Amino acid sequence: MSSLTASPVAPPVEQAAPPKKKTMARRLIPYGYLSPTVILIVVLMVIPIVMVISYSFRDNVIVQDNSVFAGFANYTKVLTDPDFLTAIQNTAVFITVSTVAHLVLGLAFAMMLNTPLLGGVAKAVFRIVYILPWLFTVAVIAVIWRLLLDPSGVVNYVLHTLGVVQQGVNWLGDPGKALWVVTFINIWSGYPFFMISLLAGLQGIPGDLYEAAAVDGTNWFQRFRHVTLPQLRPVIISMAVLDLIWTSQQFALIWMTTGGGPLHATEMLSTYTYKQAFSEYEFSTAAAAAVIVLLLTMVLAFFYVRQQRER
Amino acid sequence: MPTVRTKRTLAKAGVITGLVLGGLFAGLPVLWMLSTSFKNNGEVFQNPPRLITKGFTLGAYREIFGNGGQLRFFANSYLVALSVTALTLLVALLAAFAFSRFTFPFQKTINAVIVSVQAVPPITLVIPYFGLVVALGLYNTYPGLILTHMVFTLPYAIIMLTAYLNTLPRELDESVKVDGGTSWTALWRILVPISVPGLIAVGVYTFMISWNEYLFALTLTRTDDMRTVPIGIQLLMGQHSYEWNQMMAMSILGSIPVLVLFLLFQKRFIGGLTAGAVKA
Repeated sequence: MSSLTASPVAPPVEQAAPPKKKTMARRLIPYGYLSPTVILIVVLMVIPIVMVISYSFRDNVIVQDNSVFAGFANYTKVLTDPDFLTAIQNTAVFITVSTVAHLVLGLAFAMMLNTPLLGGVAKAVFRIVYILPWLFTVAVIAVIWRLLLDPSGVVNYVLHTLGVVQQGVNWLGDPGKALWVVTFINIWSGYPFFMISLLAGLQGIPGDLYEAAAVDGTNWFQRFRHVTLPQLRPVIISMAVLDLIWTSQQFALIWMTTGGGPLHATEMLSTYTYKQAFSEYEFSTAAAAAVIVLLLTMVLAFFYVRQQRER
Repeated sequence: MPTVRTKRTLAKAGVITGLVLGGLFAGLPVLWMLSTSFKNNGEVFQNPPRLITKGFTLGAYREIFGNGGQLRFFANSYLVALSVTALTLLVALLAAFAFSRFTFPFQKTINAVIVSVQAVPPITLVIPYFGLVVALGLYNTYPGLILTHMVFTLPYAIIMLTAYLNTLPRELDESVKVDGGTSWTALWRILVPISVPGLIAVGVYTFMISWNEYLFALTLTRTDDMRTVPIGIQLLMGQHSYEWNQMMAMSILGSIPVLVLFLLFQKRFIGGLTAGAVKA
């Protein structure tokens, strides 16, 4: 549940009566207030990023103390590893399908919750139910779905009763299905954030736009296409980019449902990197993979920032 | 030709059907978790499945509360999340005060760095953190977890609190300065007391992030007495792979703090959360 928020720019400061001479000590006051933050960011962000980049160009890091310069060897090793290429493919499928589904479900639910046909209490109840999946930590979501999707679990029971499946399916253990199943679980747990933002966006659309469209004799679908969608466009685009970033960082859900298996069927960039470091103790390769992940994220973040600027 | 009235009734029926279907999609898995936590473990996969079984029992909850190891996970989670919340609010408040009430060189640059910190993937950080935390002697300690959780909570808190302070009139703190007070007095005497709603909203979100954090808690602690609730749930999954009722009870208990905080502060919280993303 990490978040990326646009920064509010401080309002222009009116220096009502600028002091005649700002002493050196006075100038330093704001930095004093900022110093705990700056120290934390240097220790927790700047130094670690320098460290991971330096690890990625060396061998024998962390576990041994005789590290040697290795040039791009770690990068070559990672980029030619078929498991890494599988991880890139899986991550691409996972984040695109998740984001599109989050958008579609989030928009559909937000529009139903925004309907004037329903009373306030009913809406409030439905809103809480719809937000529920988002309030559980990933560990909980993983165990819920492992229970539901167990070969003798309730999902298989329902599908068997309906005649869809002949016998209990091992949803998370079948290499042909596991990627789609973890994507489905991620869709279930992630749409509410889209929904909340789109709901706020819908409530911000001026009602007279719809009235004018209704006077013109348009039907529901035309109003949706020509009023709702264009009005929500900025929210949709920034939410979609944010969601791509967050989903690409998803580690816990995969780790606790499939661990990246079976046979790397659900291996993601995050699980690949984690395994290199904490299962294989190949911290140098892990660092190279981690730097590649950082670069890919920066590309997405760049689009986000540009999108925010345009608005 | 359907009349306007029948069309309206049809539309309403359609929307209600849609809402109920969506509600089942969102709510049924949660309901099943709740139901399973009250079952005998032998009844979890009974055929046909029942929402409420004959052996309805609080046994799973009794097991969790009777087990010192499980309770330790909760104590650890509260300790870490509350410390992270307190420290984040303090550090973020000071930074937000600087951004909101002063202009100074590199203000925009520092602000941009803080915003971009949010996009850095945790998986990229966890590798150097492991090295760093071991080198600093903080491996498998509370300070190690508290410090690393703050990398997620601090940027958001600073951004939200700056926005909040910007809504408070500057005349308030000017009056303190006229009386000869410093900016420090203005912050604590004037701004903090009227910022309580903003501090609560940010605090709730901070608590939730820390309570739910998984990757750092997994890699930066080693022994069971330092583990937090999300790891505890996972450990239950490994140890007794068949104690489904206990896993569900633990999941419910582990979700209660966040559910309660969310229900109490729903309005403030959603408002604050979407302010950044929606602000057009």
